Amino acid sequence: MARAVTNRRKTLNTGLAWAIGFIIFFPILWTILTSFKTEAQAISNPPVFLFFDWTLENYAIVQERSNYVRFLWNSVIIAGGSTILGIIIAVPAAWSMAFVPSKRTKDILLWMLSTKMLPAVGVLYPIYLICVELGVLDSRIALVVVMMLINLPIIVWMLYTYFREIPGEILEAARMDGAGLKEEVLYVLTPMAIPGIASTVLLNFILAWNEAFWTLNLTAVNAAPLTAFIASYSSPEGLFFAKLSAASTMAIAPILIMGWFSQKQLVRGLTFGAVK
Amino acid sequence: MGRITLEKVRKAFGEVEVIPPLDLTIEDGEFVVFVGPSGCGKSTLLRLIAGLEDVSGGQISIDGQDATELPPAKRGLAMVFQSYALYPHMSVRKNIAFPLKMAKLDQAEIDRRVNGAAEVLNLTDYIDRRPGQLSGGQRQRVAIGRAIVREPAAFLFDEPLSNLDAALRVGMRLEISELHKRLATTMIYVTHDQVEAMTMADKIVVLQAGVIEQVGSPLELYRNPRNKFVAGFIGSPRMNFVEGPEAAKHDAATIGIRPEHIAVSATEGAWKGKVGVSEHLGSDTFFHVTVDGFGDPLTVRAGGEVDIHYGDTVYLTPDAEHLHRFDKDGMRLA
Repeated sequence: MARAVTNRRKTLNTGLAWAIGFIIFFPILWTILTSFKTEAQAISNPPVFLFFDWTLENYAIVQERSNYVRFLWNSVIIAGGSTILGIIIAVPAAWSMAFVPSKRTKDILLWMLSTKMLPAVGVLYPIYLICVELGVLDSRIALVVVMMLINLPIIVWMLYTYFREIPGEILEAARMDGAGLKEEVLYVLTPMAIPGIASTVLLNFILAWNEAFWTLNLTAVNAAPLTAFIASYSSPEGLFFAKLSAASTMAIAPILIMGWFSQKQLVRGLTFGAVK
Repeated sequence: MGRITLEKVRKAFGEVEVIPPLDLTIEDGEFVVFVGPSGCGKSTLLRLIAGLEDVSGGQISIDGQDATELPPAKRGLAMVFQSYALYPHMSVRKNIAFPLKMAKLDQAEIDRRVNGAAEVLNLTDYIDRRPGQLSGGQRQRVAIGRAIVREPAAFLFDEPLSNLDAALRVGMRLEISELHKRLATTMIYVTHDQVEAMTMADKIVVLQAGVIEQVGSPLELYRNPRNKFVAGFIGSPRMNFVEGPEAAKHDAATIGIRPEHIAVSATEGAWKGKVGVSEHLGSDTFFHVTVDGFGDPLTVRAGGEVDIHYGDTVYLTPDAEHLHRFDKDGMRLA
């Protein structure tokens, strides 16, 4: 039975929800606002909220000092490449775990997830040295592979959850209809799991895009993505809040816009399987 | 061609043996029904034949070829599932065409066969719809269409009608029987519904706990059940069983008499009883009669419009010719 909710209560709840939403969003808003201020206004006390001299100067300087497009392009390749590679590896893995589970499947899943608990810095040395040995330090390919490995457990887990929702009989029907393993996965399983795969792709693209630890430690110039672009503005010889904000805004803008358009998919992706 | 032989086929899930070694031959063109209560292993047996489960021992041959190790795709069998198992992302046309596409037939041939099947199954008007937009009966037809287009050696049906409502079920039953007559292809049909088994089968295989209790034509099973289980399972309403002194009079541990083989009279007969609940079907009436000295009430069939009411005293006379006698192990005595 639905609980009786009075109108007043509804208004109150709505107001509260907006307030919490605003508080969560505030740092991003502040960053965006600051990016349009002069350096003096950016650190003024008391801080100015909306009434300042709006300027695009910071963006011009940032663009002049560093090539935004090159960083952006690296981000796209690293986030996109690692996600696509991860999906290619994870689909068969999740298929086998969901449809031909063994006694140890649950353990393997948990073990995979447990690797996410490991402090990343714990494996920094080995991975750094491997990259040096292979001569791939500061290359996009190294970042694509490392980011893929970092996110693979999540991709497999998400796909596993989606695949579990697909009735096994349909795959058996495909087998009876003469489909081999390849055709079964390609023509039946994957198309049926498209919504799930889409949310997985989206979420992992965002995770890879935002990842800073590995991108900062394994890149210098050639493969540096937007995270490195932002970091380069937090220089020790003086704080340039306005320029840092401009750089941050430019770095988060693509993902923010993408997230806005795909929020429905994202929410579905994150809550899938939790509620039936 | 579709002759299927099982030799000493057994199946165990871990420690649990669900099907002890079993032999069975299904002749080409036969309509065979596996029937039995839930959990009797009938679906497992079908899945072993399909190749969806691996056998734990024994051999399955299809048309003389050893198929035991073949994957389902290579056995040349088609299956219709209880849930229909249609591909939800494909149109009816693509669903039906899928096995042909897998067999790498050329497009013209695929179109010809799909259109043919759609026509036979009255699906032409729905050919571009998705399964989600179809009714249960239509979905069932699509599943059958998908099975017939590839002209398989045999059709396997796994309780295909159990998701349909009663009226539709009768209609589809006739359609499947009709299809069998037309195609003359081997069909193996799994059901827990003995009415489906009786009405459709050339040969019924009655299973209990993975063991074949009896194999035979519907009337053979009806007339000469090998044991109490088959006697009770085949026929509707089920056979009445009487134990104790009444059975001893016939030199048996149990006697069985079907509801339709008992005569009812208001004045005289062998057994005196009191009428309990009655079920009026129009054409027939089934009375539940409690006879003194018998355990469970007997079910008795009478005409559609008899004047017998709750609480009346009636006399019952079993038809001696149709009396079945069983020993203490439940086996039928000659």
